[in-house]
Amino acid sequence: MTDNAIQVEHLAYTYPDQEDSRETRVFEGLDLTVAQGSFLVILGHNGCGKSTLAKHFNAILLPSGGKVLVYGLDTAAEEYLIPIRRQVGMVFQNPDNQLVSNVVEEDVAFAPENLGVEPAEIRRRVDEALRLVGMYDYRLHAPHLLSGGQKQRVAIAGVIAMEPRCIVLDEPTAMLDPQGRREVLETIHRLNREKGVTVVLITHHMREAIGADRVVVMSEGAIIADGTPEQVFSQVELLESVQLTVPETTQLLYALNRAGARLPLDALTVEDCAQAIYRAYAGEE
Amino acid sequence: MLKDITLGQYFPGDTVVHRLDPRSKLLLVVLYIAALFTAKGIWGYLVVFAFLAAAFALSKIRPRVVLKGLKPLLVILCLTGILNLLYTPGRVAVQFWVITITWEGIASALFMVARIVMLVTGTFLLTYTTSPIALTDGLERLLGPLKRLRVPIHELAMMMGIALRFIPTLIEETDKIISAQKARGADFESGSLLRRAKALIPVLVPLFVSAFRRADELAVAMECRCYQGGRGRTRMNRLRYARRDVLALGLGVIVLAAAIALRVLGV
Repeated sequence: MTDNAIQVEHLAYTYPDQEDSRETRVFEGLDLTVAQGSFLVILGHNGCGKSTLAKHFNAILLPSGGKVLVYGLDTAAEEYLIPIRRQVGMVFQNPDNQLVSNVVEEDVAFAPENLGVEPAEIRRRVDEALRLVGMYDYRLHAPHLLSGGQKQRVAIAGVIAMEPRCIVLDEPTAMLDPQGRREVLETIHRLNREKGVTVVLITHHMREAIGADRVVVMSEGAIIADGTPEQVFSQVELLESVQLTVPETTQLLYALNRAGARLPLDALTVEDCAQAIYRAYAGEE
Repeated sequence: MLKDITLGQYFPGDTVVHRLDPRSKLLLVVLYIAALFTAKGIWGYLVVFAFLAAAFALSKIRPRVVLKGLKPLLVILCLTGILNLLYTPGRVAVQFWVITITWEGIASALFMVARIVMLVTGTFLLTYTTSPIALTDGLERLLGPLKRLRVPIHELAMMMGIALRFIPTLIEETDKIISAQKARGADFESGSLLRRAKALIPVLVPLFVSAFRRADELAVAMECRCYQGGRGRTRMNRLRYARRDVLALGLGVIVLAAAIALRVLGV
């Protein structure tokens, strides 16, 4: 029971009708369980409902049917709103639109200040969070002078300062350059490893799923694949049918297999892929 | 081109003036303005001026910065000076053609210009030496008692803080939009004033749309970080009055008292 961070049961959600009075149904009977301490990646193409799903994880959106339990608390109950939000932190795509203050450390202090934490304790949490994301030296800088990756790390620190047990990141790397993307990914992997924080990473970059414990692929509001990255990525046809491109390593192995080789498709890193090819062909000589 | 705008300019430093509590600085400015408007006659002005000069000397703000800040006011200063010079009745000093300049006119022109310059430079000193965050924080604390009268002080301070936070972001965005429109052949630099103003519409529309989208996203992000308004909120950095604050405020009261005394005595 308590070893689940998030439990989604038969979730249904319909966007309230817009001007054209046509309601858009996003989910119908979706089930998903996120284990405490795991690193889950939710993959999907634009408009597959992954962001809408994420917004249910800390009660920004409430289900129209079924329910979402966060550490056993029902998101639909208003009295649990703050307990739920302090357990599940949320990081969004655009770092500029999440930072509230023009000093880095003041921004990180925002959440604990809202929770009424003692000033000395806030100081401790802010310093710790900034060290964790590697931004301690920038604590007195103005956010608009930082790079995209640095801003996004500050945004992550701002969420960590609440000391949540779970962090949901909604395409945190979409607006970043490769360097910033790497910084952010390293940071969230470290959080998961060292602090045992449950991570739910939402992305449409397949590469970012490498190293996750579990990958869930969504299409048109339904889960179409679920498993370890190796299991999911070896289903090349399925992924390509929903316009997701598998990592180059898997593509290579898949192409070789179609040409007659019999290689395993679950070698995701360049090193593993090279080893797999080497082993397969070394035996033939 | 817009990067040069620095609103509420702040020059970081570590002088006594910088370290004063923002609340005492705000109060000092109020005392200073009160003294400035009470002052009448040369001695009153000298006392207030001595206070201002001392504060500037302590703050180590370079005089050049102050003069540059006064530049936009040049027109107003000249206009005030000339109007006072020409339209004050009294003993005639110079008279030619239709122009009559009186001794009283000369005095009042000088005093008026001095008053405006001192008023502006005094408030400059506040923004030069206080970071925007400290300023909004000080304002919120200072006006705190008004919360009991249901004045939304926390909300106002929050709005001011967020506005200051987004000024550089929006300036950057405006620059980007202008470049994008220029790349598509928009012309912002030629034609009449009206034409140039009209050319700004395609800049302002996307800017407003994006500002609203930002506001929406920021609101969600703030809610995600458990923002529930001012109630029950604590602060990481608490403001504390030190001995220098008491001394500075004491000095401010003395200056105001001196200005009042000199006026009553009619010196």
